[in-house]
Amino acid sequence: MRVGLSWLREFVALPESVTAAELDTALNNLGIEVEEIVDQRETVKGSLVVGRVLTIEELTGFKKPIRFCTVDVGAANGTGEPQEIVCGATNFAVGDLVVVILPGGELPGGFQIGARKTYGHMSAGMICSARELGISDEHDGIIVLAPASEAGAAAARGVQPGADARPIVGLDDMLIDVTPTPDRGYQMSVRGLARELAHAFQVPFSDPGLALHSSATSGDAWDLVIDDPAGCDRFAARLVRGVDPNAATPDFMARRLTAAGVRVLGLPIDITNYVMLELGQPMHAFDADRVQGPLVVRRAAQGEKLTTLDGVTRVLAAEDMIICDDSGPISLAAVMGGQTSEVAPETTTVLFEAAHWDPVMVGRTARRHKLFSEAAKRWERGVDRELCLVAIERAVALLTEYGGGKAGAEITDANYPPEPFSLRLDPALPTRLIGVTYAAERVAEVLTEVGCRVAIGDEFEVTPPSWRPDLLQPADLVEEVVRLDGLDKVPSVLPIAPPGNGLTPQQRRRRSIGRALAEQGYVEVICNPFVSAAALTSLGLPTDAVRLANPLSDEEPLLRTSLLPPLLTTLKRNIGRGQRDVALFEVGLVFRAAQRQGIPPVMTIASRPSEEEWRLAQEYVPHQPYHVAAVLAGSPLEPAGRWGAGRAADWSDAIQAARDTLATAGLDAARVEIAAAEQAPWHPGRCAAIKVDGEIIGYAGELHPAVCAEQDLPKRACAMELDLDLVPLPGVTPPPVLSNFPPALIDVALVLPQEVSAAEVEAALREGAGPLLESVRLFDVYTGQGIDPGQKSLAYKLVFRAPDRTLTGEEAVAARDAAVAVTAARFGAVLRGA
Amino acid sequence: MTYRSDPYDPKQVASLDSDALDAAVAEAGQAFAEAADVDALGALKPAHLGDRSPVSLARREIGALPPAAKASAGQRVNAARTAIQAAFDARQEVLAAEQAERVLREERVDVTLPADRRPRGARHPLTTLMERVGDMFIGMGYEIAEGPEVELEWANFDALNIPADHPARGLMDTFWVQGAGEATESGLVLRTHTSPVQARTMLTRKPPIYVVVPGRVYRTDELDATHSPVFHQVEGLVVDKGITMAHLKGTLDHFARAMFGPDARTRWRPHYFPFTEPSAEFDVWFAEHRDGPQWVEWGGCGMVNPNVLRACGIDPDVYSGFAFGMGIDRTLMFRNGVSDMREMFEGDVRFTRAFGMEVH
Repeated sequence: MRVGLSWLREFVALPESVTAAELDTALNNLGIEVEEIVDQRETVKGSLVVGRVLTIEELTGFKKPIRFCTVDVGAANGTGEPQEIVCGATNFAVGDLVVVILPGGELPGGFQIGARKTYGHMSAGMICSARELGISDEHDGIIVLAPASEAGAAAARGVQPGADARPIVGLDDMLIDVTPTPDRGYQMSVRGLARELAHAFQVPFSDPGLALHSSATSGDAWDLVIDDPAGCDRFAARLVRGVDPNAATPDFMARRLTAAGVRVLGLPIDITNYVMLELGQPMHAFDADRVQGPLVVRRAAQGEKLTTLDGVTRVLAAEDMIICDDSGPISLAAVMGGQTSEVAPETTTVLFEAAHWDPVMVGRTARRHKLFSEAAKRWERGVDRELCLVAIERAVALLTEYGGGKAGAEITDANYPPEPFSLRLDPALPTRLIGVTYAAERVAEVLTEVGCRVAIGDEFEVTPPSWRPDLLQPADLVEEVVRLDGLDKVPSVLPIAPPGNGLTPQQRRRRSIGRALAEQGYVEVICNPFVSAAALTSLGLPTDAVRLANPLSDEEPLLRTSLLPPLLTTLKRNIGRGQRDVALFEVGLVFRAAQRQGIPPVMTIASRPSEEEWRLAQEYVPHQPYHVAAVLAGSPLEPAGRWGAGRAADWSDAIQAARDTLATAGLDAARVEIAAAEQAPWHPGRCAAIKVDGEIIGYAGELHPAVCAEQDLPKRACAMELDLDLVPLPGVTPPPVLSNFPPALIDVALVLPQEVSAAEVEAALREGAGPLLESVRLFDVYTGQGIDPGQKSLAYKLVFRAPDRTLTGEEAVAARDAAVAVTAARFGAVLRGA
Repeated sequence: MTYRSDPYDPKQVASLDSDALDAAVAEAGQAFAEAADVDALGALKPAHLGDRSPVSLARREIGALPPAAKASAGQRVNAARTAIQAAFDARQEVLAAEQAERVLREERVDVTLPADRRPRGARHPLTTLMERVGDMFIGMGYEIAEGPEVELEWANFDALNIPADHPARGLMDTFWVQGAGEATESGLVLRTHTSPVQARTMLTRKPPIYVVVPGRVYRTDELDATHSPVFHQVEGLVVDKGITMAHLKGTLDHFARAMFGPDARTRWRPHYFPFTEPSAEFDVWFAEHRDGPQWVEWGGCGMVNPNVLRACGIDPDVYSGFAFGMGIDRTLMFRNGVSDMREMFEGDVRFTRAFGMEVH
């Protein structure tokens, strides 16, 4: 909403000296967002004066008509001599009064005016068009303030050479562009803003919405049937006959409409828009001669059609309200008029309509037809139902004044008023909720100021004004008290919370995992969760994905079921930007099908949903576990340097990242099992299933070469992903048993078949060695000379120690032999060199 | 060389006379001084202090002297030997120090050589900023509440006093979840704010409630310098007996100081949020803004709307509460001077690395 201060001043006695900064502060403090305040006096700098055209010389030989003029600008140029100006417009004659900007001035957009040679003549200044001055889009010619024939009358108005042209062309206003909050429909009008400014500056306000107006007459202005008073609870109308179809919209009105961003369309329509801006009451003007028979206000029939003013034929829904005549629908009520009955250039009989519509209906209709007109915006936010007759009166007065018509005697006002509404307010409630002491008198004063009727008592009975349909509960009144009394008066008091429990184990664990991975060289990223179906299927990931109804990209309508697709995209982006060695991780939610499909139960908001309803509703919420995933390419963990070549990340780094993640989660290594697995999108020979307590919680390894090729990833890129929700909490950690007796160290090298896994061998060694084994560590894997093809040698360092004594050599060897025996029995292992 | 059996004359025992001993001391001193290092010095030791050194040989002669001469000869020899030993020790000390110094000099390295064999990674600043906010509130006794990102429409809107046809619902550019099968509606959205966690918290905990909710939220904005379809908020919710808007102000001021330094404070402007009444937007005074000290729009807040309390089973006549929320991404942007939102979400490692393990 963009209005000039001059318009506001018609209703609120603002101090003359008020500045843009003061207005900005005042409006912000009232909760009205200020987009900008434009002091129009500042938009054109330098001398902008009235000039009288003295001579015109038509220059020839150029591609377009060019005039060399002399213009009398009075004493404004300091010399009194005629100003010589070259002008490209031709819509003026000798003797016309025009608008001249003199050298040294500046037009909107920073366009500097100087004296310069152009088209073979010196041009000292410029004769301006409306667009050049930023007043309107009019650029068909320069502004002619008055033709020579009206110079006398013009001079009487102060329009004479040398006079400041700003007030004459309307460049003396302050334009205020504000965005009221969606609960305050009344602020979308000059009336509402003037009321707010009256609060802010504590100055008198004369409410145009409470202006005197004629009442309904016994006879109707037009035959009317309201079929659905729930959708339309008030409908006022009045005719104006004998309107001059050529009557122009007065300058002030055109300027105000243009400033508000409303197009100037012809006097009757301009008046409806002007009244809407001024009062907040959307109106409609019918060409009465084109309306056939009585008006019927009703719901549309499903599928009924109406061609609206914008030329679009709309298929109506049963909920839409329409205004019909004998020909059928002629207006999509409250949103947009129809073509067949609109005011036309030849219209002489105008029927003004001002009605009150159900805001929910209008909002739904506007959304359904994607018609967010200025009217619809106001309806949705709430329009004062008591404005109908005031608006009619104002519109009729304007049209008879500027259009020369005569008002019809009859005034229609079909009114279905709602039940009277008031609310009870404990006058201590504002104090209790805000923490500022407000006397009951102050509460009553503020509420009266916003227009409420307050019946004082132990409890107040407050009747909100008709323009405040948003005041529905005591808290709404409390807001008005603190808003007008000043939010800056609220003191700063820190409440004392009861003792809390700190982070949950899961929250602490997620942080630790993030830190651990970062410490190891992985860089955290935050990816969008939007993926394509192809991305999921090509990676062989779960496809029970949540689908968006309105995705940003039709290509990616699904939510990730795994962190990998967006993470791999991010990996590629980094490589594309010149990184060679990249290790990334993300901790975030993935989205899988809900336990139950369909629409969750409809729950009330009047009271708490029942436990059963709430529990059932959760079953419709998609499964959203926290995952952690990491991807690697190049040599990010051990890059090349002065120590030599880097170590390329491989499958084992990915698996180690999984192990480290689980260790960080506090899980004892004994509960973690790594097993060979064949799982997309990993390399079938280089993929590990990561198990905790025997349950698979994720996979890690090298990506499948086909996936790398298809996804354009570096060869041998690696990845791991774990479902953190499947990782159990570790419980209380028992202390280790520490023995200070000396250890017995024995190395064994076992030769066994290639396909036996190191994990299996280690498990067998532990099993066979028994409780004396303190630790076992694989220190060499060997194939080649001396080892049969298909076999490999695994060398282990075994540490034996007893808790209560120094082990004898015999005891240690016996334990070693027992360990080896299990591997021999299980895998046919033999001691190397034996 | 003389022998005991020989008749003797002290004057004839040249090795014992003062001049000879002085000469031996001088000679030793000279030799030690010329030794270039500890090893060379060691090699001189036998010649000047060893069994066959002049002073040792002179000592042997003492036995042959008449008793009257023994004492003074012994003193001379001892004095000479002590002097030589002292010269040796002094030289030894100097040379050892020189040697130690030389070794250190020779072992000098270029300490500016890089040693990042295993470079650290980094954590995303949005993650660590959310943790920092969470920690501050945990320090005040709050807990961190969480909720799903695909959320019930009821929790995201209805419970928060945003009815289906209210214009406020249209203000949030919502991602809707496609219904199953033929159904167009699902009753599910990608949460547009962290506020549904307010409803979840009130439904599952009893007052007093003191929670903060950091989390990821979604709106249908294309990624550009100032918008992202995925962004982050932190929400605070307090429901207790006797909670006032002054408590909200105190909490936000404290929060502001924790995030922006001791000069920080908040300033309020009335605003509209369906889930709070009264509502306000708040600015924070940020003294270290890169464009100079200034007020910066920070978030929204208000007293929990009684309709919300009722929908969540809390009696608004007994309890009151406040809620506030702000964009974490926006906070990072103005606090740390990040000028382009895309940098936070494109996953460029150079961006994350710049923030290290914690956001400062």
